[in-house]
Amino acid sequence: MSPRNEYDSYLQGSYEVHGRDFVDAGLVSSQIKKGLKAKGIDEDIIRRVAVLTFEAEVNIISYADHGTVSYYVLPDSIIIEAIDTGPGIEDIDLAMQEGYSTADDSIREMGFGAGMGLANIKKSSDILDLTSEPGRGTCVKCTIMLNGKVPNGE
Amino acid sequence: MIILETISEKLSLKCKCCWENLNREVTGGYAGDLLSDVMANSAAGNVWVTRQVHQNIVAVAALKEHAAIIVVQGASPEKETLNKATKEGIPILVADLSEFEVVGRLYQLLHPSQG
Repeated sequence: MSPRNEYDSYLQGSYEVHGRDFVDAGLVSSQIKKGLKAKGIDEDIIRRVAVLTFEAEVNIISYADHGTVSYYVLPDSIIIEAIDTGPGIEDIDLAMQEGYSTADDSIREMGFGAGMGLANIKKSSDILDLTSEPGRGTCVKCTIMLNGKVPNGE
Repeated sequence: MIILETISEKLSLKCKCCWENLNREVTGGYAGDLLSDVMANSAAGNVWVTRQVHQNIVAVAALKEHAAIIVVQGASPEKETLNKATKEGIPILVADLSEFEVVGRLYQLLHPSQG
């Protein structure tokens, strides 16, 4: 799947994530966190972004061949988009249920694959838009409202 | 407020990296081996007690700004895990005790009036 939106953001970044690359899991989330910290974004907002970017990153690593995680800081919100070329999700309602997972043993042995990832993403987002085409890929778009917690940046 | 060094002494922990950060204050603790659970429910300044030893635990601890990771049951953190922890400045301490024993003793240290 490919990005569908262009945002009028004053801060943004986009990072590639490779399937099965568990060695670097968390690297993209760490870079996004540093980018937001440098701009003086509220700590509580950064913590929520860190949780959902980590989960989105691990989902791409666990299930897809390749993907990107992007962030956009807008005047009133932060948008995180995770887009992958993977198997897609057949039943989104089922996948959203906490505890449901299609992870194999190798993923579970590392402490992933407990079926909490999408639930964590939903809890950490104010708006979650999940679209998927089986056989093509998945797009997870998360919006976190800044609610007046406007960053110090330009 | 309790510091890591006190916890390390009381629980006879072996520090594997980042000794220089043992003066760090601890806000509380969290125990778990499911990384998503720890991501969702632990807090900054916590010590994280786990049996996992692979390098992804460092990514979680760094993102959540944990004070340290305590690995239980005498498990040996992988070399890559220690390298990454050193880079992130997160002490990894190893306990010979079980997760249950570590959490029990840690809780008493952090909440003496409720022990």
